[in-house]
Amino acid sequence: MLADFGFGILLIAFLTALYSIGAALYGHFSRRQKWVESARLAMLLTFPLLTLASLTLIYLLVIGDFNIRFVYEVTSRDMPTYLKITALWGGQSGSLLFWSWLMSLFATAVTLRKWERDREFLPWVILVSSITIAFFLSLNIFFENPFQRFWQTFQGVEPATFRPANAIPFTAEEGRGLNPLLRHPGMVIHPPMLYLGFVAYVIPYAFAIAALITGRADDRWIRLTRRWSLTAWLFLSLGLVLGGRWAYDVLGWGGYWAWDPVEIAAFMPWLTGTAFLHSVMIQEKRGMLKRWNMILIILTYSLVVFGTFLTRSGVLSSVHAFAQSEIGPAFFIFIGITLVTSVALLIYRWDSLQAEGQMHSMFSREALFLLNNLLFMGILVICFWGVISPLISELITGQKVTVGPPYYERAAGPLFALLVLLMGIAPLSAWGHITLKNLAAQNSLELEKRYALAIARLLWKPAIPALLVLIGLLIAGITNIYALIGLTFAALTASITIYEFWRAARARERAQGENLLTALWRLAGRNRRRYGGYTIHLGVILMAIGIIGIEMFQSETQKSLAVGENIQLAGYTVRYDSLAQFPTNDGRWVTRAVVSVFDKNGQFLTELYPRYDVYADGQPMTIPGVRSTLADDLYVLLINWEGVTAQVAPFKVYHNPLVNWLWLGAFVFIFGTLIAAWPEEEREPLPTQARKTKAIYQPGD
Amino acid sequence: MKKKLAVLILLLIASLVWVGSANAQDTTPPTDDEVNAIAKQLFCPVCENTPLDVCPTEACKQWRDLIRLKLSEGWTEEQIKQYFVDQYGARVLAEPPRQGWYWLIYIVPVALLLVGLYILFRAYQTMRAPLAEQPAETHAPTGLPDEYLRRIEEELKKRN
Amino acid sequence: MSESNVTSRRSGVPLWAQVLVWIGLLGLLTVVALGLRRTQQGTVQPGETIPDFTLTLFSGYEYEGRNEIKFSEFRGKVVVINFWASWCKPCEQEAVELESAWRTYQKSGQVIFLGIDYVDTEPEARGYLTKFEITYPNGPDLGTRISQFFRIKGVPETYFIDRDGKLAYVQVGPFRSEEEIHAIITPLLNK
Repeated sequence: MLADFGFGILLIAFLTALYSIGAALYGHFSRRQKWVESARLAMLLTFPLLTLASLTLIYLLVIGDFNIRFVYEVTSRDMPTYLKITALWGGQSGSLLFWSWLMSLFATAVTLRKWERDREFLPWVILVSSITIAFFLSLNIFFENPFQRFWQTFQGVEPATFRPANAIPFTAEEGRGLNPLLRHPGMVIHPPMLYLGFVAYVIPYAFAIAALITGRADDRWIRLTRRWSLTAWLFLSLGLVLGGRWAYDVLGWGGYWAWDPVEIAAFMPWLTGTAFLHSVMIQEKRGMLKRWNMILIILTYSLVVFGTFLTRSGVLSSVHAFAQSEIGPAFFIFIGITLVTSVALLIYRWDSLQAEGQMHSMFSREALFLLNNLLFMGILVICFWGVISPLISELITGQKVTVGPPYYERAAGPLFALLVLLMGIAPLSAWGHITLKNLAAQNSLELEKRYALAIARLLWKPAIPALLVLIGLLIAGITNIYALIGLTFAALTASITIYEFWRAARARERAQGENLLTALWRLAGRNRRRYGGYTIHLGVILMAIGIIGIEMFQSETQKSLAVGENIQLAGYTVRYDSLAQFPTNDGRWVTRAVVSVFDKNGQFLTELYPRYDVYADGQPMTIPGVRSTLADDLYVLLINWEGVTAQVAPFKVYHNPLVNWLWLGAFVFIFGTLIAAWPEEEREPLPTQARKTKAIYQPGD
Repeated sequence: MKKKLAVLILLLIASLVWVGSANAQDTTPPTDDEVNAIAKQLFCPVCENTPLDVCPTEACKQWRDLIRLKLSEGWTEEQIKQYFVDQYGARVLAEPPRQGWYWLIYIVPVALLLVGLYILFRAYQTMRAPLAEQPAETHAPTGLPDEYLRRIEEELKKRN
Repeated sequence: MSESNVTSRRSGVPLWAQVLVWIGLLGLLTVVALGLRRTQQGTVQPGETIPDFTLTLFSGYEYEGRNEIKFSEFRGKVVVINFWASWCKPCEQEAVELESAWRTYQKSGQVIFLGIDYVDTEPEARGYLTKFEITYPNGPDLGTRISQFFRIKGVPETYFIDRDGKLAYVQVGPFRSEEEIHAIITPLLNK
């Protein structure tokens, strides 16, 4: 039977991962390279094995074998094939298998690299990756077997991995089908992106732990995993953005982010990951913050596992959460063990992770990066506390509480604004470069002044456009103080970032006689990380504009309309024209309204078709009709929950200013990340490495 | 919010005057927007984390009807919210009321942020302590293009 | 700058910081563990003693003319607590059976039925009570306190408490027949 075959393969993969753990340990302690090599090969083997297991499950999904419980739960006959395939991650057990599969893919990719110079890391990287894979596989094997089958016994039908006594296989006529909310293209690719981001962070963590265990205090682990961290970050960001887009398109509440605990669970590793991305630069350039980087990567990994735990254990209730499951305790123990081990290792190696450089000023780049890290940590604390405090409240008072959007927005909003500002200013500061020439006393105040002046000198030109923007906003009659601050910060940062591009390109243009575009291209090509980073910053600014637009200027109205009646919002007029109801061949019952949209002069703009689909199982899904422009979205919902008739239908209309800048910014953001992460032929700069190791910091680096 | 409240109160007063002058049945019923303005701030325990104004379940529909009813009876927004808290507990509010244990929810992040600031400040101090022994550097960013270019090129070279 | 003077200033993690870190970590893990246990344990389990609680009753559905009752005053009787809501379709399936079972036991005075209305609005709830001609004492779950204590997972759920105030049986989901109800109550009465 295919199901037994799939389960067998899972079991073999699990044993292989266990073997890999054992062989790596034995090889290390007995100093036999052969065993470490064997562990490496074993880990490589998990990928083909899990590929086979996943393909088996996908095959079962596609042929619709409803004898398999998982297939029954997430597919139905009328689903198109691509949805049957992607149903792999539409339920708990399948998505756990998918997680392990991706994890083994990454582990394989990392073990395939050349290891000559980093032999000592190898057993530990294998160890950490294999433990993670083995853990996730154990969840599949002991709690959530995707190949579990239905059996007909005298008591009735029950799911079991192995045949109960006197039972015969039971095959349901039709599956339950995938949750309609998950049938959206955004939902089809959103989970894989998140998982890719999650699992990719295991790699830098594995190297960090390897560095801690071996006591190698240099930044080798960071350099080796730089691209991995960026990749993880890219996927995580993509996952978050796609999730937002999915919510905007199908959840029917006019927004993209609801500060739901499960959303936050995915957002938290992104926060620490972003802080990590910045602070590693300081370690690479200045040999500082070694401990902090360790803390950050441990936090990121822990939050990845913690986030997965929150989503899957049923501790939190949320629209996104999987059904309650037995895997909670296992997850909890795993989190406990990894967290305690990592922290113990870090404390053990604390001494060897000494900074090699010094900070010169509160306005130096390293100081500002630290401030950036503090802000990210601040947001993390707010998020973490917001997620955890209902749990605490329930334990103390026995009463649940809701910690909702107002809490997060009020607390995190100012920190986000400061981050945007810092994003502009930090690139202007120097890497501890300012001279102490003629400053015999090295008066620290004098030094701060110089640093501040150096920034101010670069700041005034880009500040002019920002001021103009502010004046423009005031003239336009915008009085919302938060929006004014936010948009001015965004404008300032944007103009500084563009100015930085321009300044560098101009300098090259003059010196090398290149034209501006070539100069830009070369710049970006040769310092991918910096200019990729700046591009990401531009993307973030665009996103910030979109977020400010929708968060501060969103308006909405709701009204029941008879045919021909209309509803006004933000200068638009929406007229209800007609309603149609019809079935589709995939089993939906669609109720679709036609509305016309007019601008304030009564000029016809477009027709929209808000609708709601009721699936065979009775679950409704509300799909908005959206008129999207760069200035705003007009988001029209036909709200089924108030009762719709052909004569009178209730509509809810949202006016979402600037929201498209959010999606636009996301594209720029991803483009920037690709620039920064694009593989280049990296000649390992050996001498630099040697110098970095334990050497006294060389000025002028 | 205040503005909306004021509008609401005005409306209520107006409707009361209206009631006084005419039959009770003639009162203008509260609009959907007035109902939603309050519903937006409430969370129904049945569908956790979904604000009431966009929650499609039957229970939430009843809650909205109740808000409508209370509005038409002349209740204020605060009264209605308080009614819901009394009936269903503090969890119906978008955030916990500021009292007793619940203060912890608001204080802890601020306290931790302050601790973070303090640590950062200390880090600044310790990290720059041995400054006096640093050899002086020779290049100053003067902001002039040639100096800037030198640094750009230097960095580009380093990358290659 | 010499290495040694740096080392001397920062050697290892200070003990107090280590203690603090571990306390924080363990505290966090404890909170999560307790939260996890709470989710895992499901509803109140049979055998547990139900502590006292107060139930305010709808007017017209009082108990002996009083609109507020304490659970403890029913010690010595078998108590059937039914959580329901007017928006709950499955609740309607069992409403008639519950009422009819109540009428069977009402006269003996040995069994008391309590309806607890979970997250509901009064007008709708009254409509429901009238529609199914329910006569046993019924009241709203003010502040969702009682349901949170029982850790109900949804409605309908019915809890059978024996004469000693111990939970004897939990029915999750609706009853399919009145016999099911009698089958649970009869042994409790004979105990």
